[in-house]
Amino acid sequence: MGSRVLRWICACIWVWMASAHATTSLDPELAKQLTASQISQRLGAIETMGQSGSPQAAKVLEALTLANVFVTPQGRVFLDSKPPIDVLTGEPVAQIPEAAERVRLNNRLRGALQTEVAYALLFAERPDTQIQAARQLQSRPDATRVFILQRALDASSNTEVRDAIAVSMAIASLQSDDLAMKLDAIEQLGDSGRGQFKVALQALLAQSDNGTFDQPPSVRDATALALEKIERQQTIQTWLGNLFFGLSMGSVLLLAALGLAIIFGLMGVINMAHGELLMIGAYSTYLVQSAVQAWWPAGIDFYILFAIPVAFVVTACVGMVLEKTVIRWLYGRPLETLLATWGVSLILIQAVRSIFGAQNVEVANPNWMSGGWQVMGDLVVSYNRIYIFFFALFVVAVLWLALNHTRIGLFMRAITQNRRMANCVGVPTERVDMFAFGLGAGIAGLGGVALSQLGNVGPDLGRTYIVDSFMVVVLGGVGQLAGTVIAALSLGTINKLIEPMSGAVIAKIAILVFIILFIQKRPQGIFAPKGRSAEA
Amino acid sequence: MTSLTSTAVVVPPHSRTPVLFKPGAWLAISLVVGVFAVLPLLNLWLPVEHPWHVAQHTISLLGKFICFALAALALDLVWGYAGILSLGHGLFFALGGYAHGMYLMRAANPAPGQLPEFMVFLSMTEIPWFWTFTEYPLYSWMLVLLAPGLVAFIFGYFAFKSRITGVYFSIITQALTYAAMLLFFRNETGFGGNNGFTGFKWILGFDITSPQTRAGLYWASLLALLGALLVGRWITTSKLGRVLMAVRDGEGRLRFLGYEPAGFKLFVWTVSAMLCGLAGALYVPQVGIINPSEMSPANSIEMVVWVATGGRGTLIGPIVGAGTVNGLKTWFTSTFPEYWLYALGLLFVLVTVLLPQGIVGLVRKTLQRARGART
Repeated sequence: MGSRVLRWICACIWVWMASAHATTSLDPELAKQLTASQISQRLGAIETMGQSGSPQAAKVLEALTLANVFVTPQGRVFLDSKPPIDVLTGEPVAQIPEAAERVRLNNRLRGALQTEVAYALLFAERPDTQIQAARQLQSRPDATRVFILQRALDASSNTEVRDAIAVSMAIASLQSDDLAMKLDAIEQLGDSGRGQFKVALQALLAQSDNGTFDQPPSVRDATALALEKIERQQTIQTWLGNLFFGLSMGSVLLLAALGLAIIFGLMGVINMAHGELLMIGAYSTYLVQSAVQAWWPAGIDFYILFAIPVAFVVTACVGMVLEKTVIRWLYGRPLETLLATWGVSLILIQAVRSIFGAQNVEVANPNWMSGGWQVMGDLVVSYNRIYIFFFALFVVAVLWLALNHTRIGLFMRAITQNRRMANCVGVPTERVDMFAFGLGAGIAGLGGVALSQLGNVGPDLGRTYIVDSFMVVVLGGVGQLAGTVIAALSLGTINKLIEPMSGAVIAKIAILVFIILFIQKRPQGIFAPKGRSAEA
Repeated sequence: MTSLTSTAVVVPPHSRTPVLFKPGAWLAISLVVGVFAVLPLLNLWLPVEHPWHVAQHTISLLGKFICFALAALALDLVWGYAGILSLGHGLFFALGGYAHGMYLMRAANPAPGQLPEFMVFLSMTEIPWFWTFTEYPLYSWMLVLLAPGLVAFIFGYFAFKSRITGVYFSIITQALTYAAMLLFFRNETGFGGNNGFTGFKWILGFDITSPQTRAGLYWASLLALLGALLVGRWITTSKLGRVLMAVRDGEGRLRFLGYEPAGFKLFVWTVSAMLCGLAGALYVPQVGIINPSEMSPANSIEMVVWVATGGRGTLIGPIVGAGTVNGLKTWFTSTFPEYWLYALGLLFVLVTVLLPQGIVGLVRKTLQRARGART
């Protein structure tokens, strides 16, 4: 009980001291030393600043890496920029005082500065700066400086920052003479599961010229164990990574193929212009982005929320117009619809080329979608892929609700099962066809929004995905949504799992062969529509 | 699936020994072939300033069109007569082209044992196994027919046996040619990668660029087209042809009557692929290059529009269509290059919506109407 109270008090005092330490302004004497004539004095000042762990010192050091820095005899520091900035307060000033003297750097000082800035930035306020600094220090390990890292570790409460610093500490400790510390560090590196540490660890196993090992057996055993651990982790990571990218590719395919499957199921029409509807969705995203940029720059991070409905409506309108003007005249001639819609796709591509030019247009990820999530070790999963995956699931869920719990959904299912019978009992097939085509096209538009976040947006965007999404439809069948979902996700995953073994092209061909063999067994896809609708 | 109710070819119901053409048709065919056969002579014999002189450029353009017409005719045999829409005939065209191209590549070598240039460039040490013997022109020409035929046979065997029909079949053929294109694009597969085969110099010891050789290739193409026309006519007027048309108009019913359509379809499919390979083989020496982009899905589907424009289900239609569309293409791409895709797209839409029987159908209908007005 007593000891716990004592520890709590100690912690309080320590926190207070740490915070007091951090907020104290920079020692003017130290700043003045930066302009000293002796190089060694200047170097000493830089090193002291780096080890001080104060944010103010970090600011000064960072300023030194940016441009010329002037220091007044009073110890005030200015950065020579336009306008000049008082480094310590961060505020712009009209002019640098006359009495200020320039800090002169040479190559040696610049080298030291790099390291010291990294050490100083360990105490920065932004976690990503801290992480970056810690990573930087991993390439310049120094066992004598572990104490600074320890201090930074204690001062931080952010888990990611702490992880990064801990790894840097472990790498620095590898150089240490203290055996226990070294073994600890080896174990820690082994647990991290990151391939980049293998070199540092392998160095410990090195033999010198006369055949003796540099390190004692205990260290070598621990190192071998750690390396094995990393190896195992890396294998798991590769598999997980492939699985994830496969699912991600599957979700994109799903968005591309859903609309295609609906239209095909309902009307037996394969819409060759479907890829171009994806492209129009992506271009709508681009237009919305430009509009938001022009009229509401503050909201640029949320343009995608506007792009989703806009893309849906635009492509749905294009789809309905297409149905009204071309496809309506070709019912009962599915092969010819294939040709007509191909013609439409050519016109759409050329139209987009005429309007926007043949070059790709720039669609940027919003801030909250860029970056990635470090799952384990080296496996980083980018946020945009995660968002797109869940977006695809969301679209499927909404579509499922629409098909199963609305009147028009009921009509669509009825027509899919038996068009003539549905017509006989009073389903307005013509209107339903138009809406269904609009819905399918709209979903393609949503797919276009997703694609715009993953890669280039150009007139040929649709062509890349169209063959794959046809394969999804062939594999999934047309009876149920589940067929399309399973087909898309499994095609994506299989593709990515085969790819590392044999390369992308062989993977594509293998999948094609697989599909041909598969439809030998089930000509109607995974979920064949039940009933007596024998082929005519 | 397809219901093309008006049969395009009128077959006399009880003719045991079908005649290929009526005398009038024979006359027309010989006349047209004769006119086209004379054109290279006008190029070779007449001086440039003569008003009847035909430019070298025109000859090679027409030679190309004849190859396209042959490919379209091959496609029409499966689509127009058996109702199987292939979106992958570009693959067979290219296979024939590659088979012939390999012979031309090896003939272009200064020394017989030497590797073709692109293989040296890709640091290959020996000819891949599937190219053995291609230095012999006869074998190479056999390969022109065998390679597409074999691929078509294997693919068709599986596809028709499992009753893949209609749109499904079309999409899978498209995927097939797409996959093949990716495969041929690879450098290590031995097909010359991105650049394909080019830099041909000699064919059977003749200089490939000389006007005389050009004329020879042109006549060969014309002869091949004539031969294909006769073969096509023979197939479509035979009993087998009637079964094929029954497949097109009601496969389900045919099956109920006790026929197994798979064999018939497989036959016409393989023949069509071989004819298409022949077209590709004749095309390659005339344009001087074959590369994987010939297999892109867009090319195959363009072939389909030649057939549709001319009139499917007739033998003369695809020839007319290939000539018309390619003539338009040549004119557009030289005068308004940026509008060609619009024109092609519109052609696809208008032909399918307004002219399902193509130009030949239109002509036939107008003739019928005129005859009706006269009586």
